[in-house]
Amino acid sequence: MARMKFICDAERCIECNGCVTACKNEHEVPWGVNRRRVVTLNDGVPGEKSISVACMHCSDAPCMAVCPVNCFYKTEEGVVLHDKDVCIGCGYCSYACPFGAPQFPSAGTFGVRGKMDKCTFCAGGPEEHGSQAEFEKYGRNRLAEGKLPACAEMCSTKALLAGDGDVVSEIFRQRVVQRGKGAEVWGWGTAYGSAAKQGA
Amino acid sequence: MRKTLLLSAVTGVLLLTACGEKPQDQAGVRSDKPAQAGTGVAAFTQPGWTTNDKASWSNQLKARANYGMNDHQRAPK
Repeated sequence: MARMKFICDAERCIECNGCVTACKNEHEVPWGVNRRRVVTLNDGVPGEKSISVACMHCSDAPCMAVCPVNCFYKTEEGVVLHDKDVCIGCGYCSYACPFGAPQFPSAGTFGVRGKMDKCTFCAGGPEEHGSQAEFEKYGRNRLAEGKLPACAEMCSTKALLAGDGDVVSEIFRQRVVQRGKGAEVWGWGTAYGSAAKQGA
Repeated sequence: MRKTLLLSAVTGVLLLTACGEKPQDQAGVRSDKPAQAGTGVAAFTQPGWTTNDKASWSNQLKARANYGMNDHQRAPK
């Protein structure tokens, strides 16, 4: 098996936020913490593009490199996880991450930064698989249940793909080959027409 | 009098327990088990693969990805 990876197809994402909702529901993520979010470029302008972003489980993860207490670790499948019992909530990982993946719940009366929380690729954490402790700290462990991340499985347009890097890249390649290239083939142009098609 | 004291003591203990916070700084149960070891919870585990068999687990995820996400493969030719 190759490494576990996410990829979001910008031609398919319709900014429904179904992935965000699925994630929050599956892991009972507290208010104010978003392990996944949808980012839209040129919002409201014809041709706008959206992608769903979370931890990308980097091969050379900068969060791992900067963590002063070394709370991160990587599974055999390349999923970057962390140990909340070791995390001190310093926030260095948040500054290092180019995707804004690390989240910090506001714990306490004065909004003190709590222990870091992030996407686990639905792989839980260092607690016993399927235990209550694992669920409370990290959420469900769907990989150990033989399932894929909830965000990708719930995606209505199948824009968000998750799983074995080889499989995911093959699905994406097949799509690109079949739909051709350019926004007029798939997306806004298909629905509302485009200058190229009007002229054709 | 004794009954009242006993009752108030029990009530106090119950109230304090209810307001307590679960310790988060304890090491807990460490698990280095790989994902294919499964959760042991049959109700939530997807059938069709064998626990502790990496190839079986890997094939299950590949099949699931292709069935769930590859609409070009599922669509009639």
